[in-house]
Amino acid sequence: MSQQRQVITNRVAFLEQKIPAYASVLGISVLIAIWEVVCQLEIVPPLFLPAPSAIVMAGWEMTVSGELFSNLFASLYRILGGYAIGATIGIIVGLALGFSRWADAIFSPIVYSIYPIPKIALLPLIILWLGIGELPKVVIIALGVFFPVVINTFSGVKNVDPMLIKAAVTFGSNHFNVIRKVILPGSLPMIFAGLKLSAGTSLLLLVAAEMIAAQEGIGSMVLHYGNLMITNKLMVGVLVLSLLGLLFNKTLQWIERKLVPWK
Amino acid sequence: MRIVIENVGKTFVDTKKHEVTALTNINFSIEEQEFVVLVGPSGCGKSTLLNIVGGLMSPTSGSVYFEGMAASDKKPSLGIVFQEIALFPWRTVYENVIFGLEEQGISKQEQQDKGKHYIDMVGLTGFENSYPKQLSGGMKQRAGIARALAIEPDLLLMDEPFSALDAQTRTLMQEELLTIWNRTKLSTLYVTHNIQEAVYLADRVIVLSRHPGQIKEIIHIDLPKIGRDKDEYRVQFEQYADQIWQLIRQDAQDALKEG
Repeated sequence: MSQQRQVITNRVAFLEQKIPAYASVLGISVLIAIWEVVCQLEIVPPLFLPAPSAIVMAGWEMTVSGELFSNLFASLYRILGGYAIGATIGIIVGLALGFSRWADAIFSPIVYSIYPIPKIALLPLIILWLGIGELPKVVIIALGVFFPVVINTFSGVKNVDPMLIKAAVTFGSNHFNVIRKVILPGSLPMIFAGLKLSAGTSLLLLVAAEMIAAQEGIGSMVLHYGNLMITNKLMVGVLVLSLLGLLFNKTLQWIERKLVPWK
Repeated sequence: MRIVIENVGKTFVDTKKHEVTALTNINFSIEEQEFVVLVGPSGCGKSTLLNIVGGLMSPTSGSVYFEGMAASDKKPSLGIVFQEIALFPWRTVYENVIFGLEEQGISKQEQQDKGKHYIDMVGLTGFENSYPKQLSGGMKQRAGIARALAIEPDLLLMDEPFSALDAQTRTLMQEELLTIWNRTKLSTLYVTHNIQEAVYLADRVIVLSRHPGQIKEIIHIDLPKIGRDKDEYRVQFEQYADQIWQLIRQDAQDALKEG
């Protein structure tokens, strides 16, 4: 006699479904393939949308001539300089605001009233102050990075468990050590959220500043080829910006994993 | 060295601007190598009292002092084991245990020796490099205890250290704590609402009542320190527990009604 039975199976298996590694490249490969086909069939004129292969060719040409790298290095110098300055000052000021109620009361209204200004609107003023050299571009990027980092660091500090501060004080920590050993590591996850947020902002400000006033740089290169209607070289610039953003984010993620292994 | 709690009182101002007396007229002392347990119903201010003794809160009146220590001597060290455990999540077990030693500025070598010694004492050898997140509740609190013991404090304070643990782990941890305590013999102030725990651990039990929090009675537990759970002491053990329960019962019922 065959027994009747009802097997209970895992009804939430979809929550832990295994996805093969190729899936993440699938979407982007298909997109590029369609793009290439559309261009090869000349459905869209190459002036409006050059084929991926044409962009790669143009990129190779520009690499060989050295044009790409001289522009890239000019941009990297500005963005890394501005980012480093803005992030460092942002973290320090954020920690100070979070730790000292006096600093919070005096400086927070200032920070919050400058924060909503689109920083690019300040560029003409900054050029007036600092001239048209490298400095105003670095400064405008630093400004754009500074605010998100300050605000995130500040709320990170405020979210540190007061119990941990009490524990540290009990075991003999002075104020400086409380900041260094408790408040700083405790707010690191929030600080990184701010750093990632401002990575995008810094790229935006870089391109905008270079389009307004620069001889060299990815932003001015894109604008230049746009004016000349050489679209495939323009797209090389866009591609480089996309890669730059990706690289920026990956680097931050890597640093975060190194510095926040306990999460 | 004795720790004296003299005329300590604490009043809070509540949200409706009323003065609430949390503690009043608290007088007792902790002798050298004595294990004192504060027990009372919820809301009797026992944690407040421990915070005052631990220097995490100032009393409204009275004072807490170490007798036989000149003001010029180095500050007495306090080791606190928190109810919330309060391990630093970004530090490994080892780094948490040596935190207090770091702050004392002793040599790296000494930090290592003491760290290793106390990690071994609480049975966490092999977990030195784990982060708190990777440990079970019981193991976290062992690390918390090791951190407090490592500085070899003049007074050890424990604020319901096992209340977050399950009943089985809790029983085991109580046994372990006794074993450890017998090796270190630190003057200890321990807060709990668990009467069995109080009778099991204490040299003296201080029973607090609520509204306002004050000492209702101080009971010497006249049993050998080790092995109170043996059959031969069962009757006496239960008598002590019952005596304390009768003192607390009414207050505990009132506390329940107030929610």
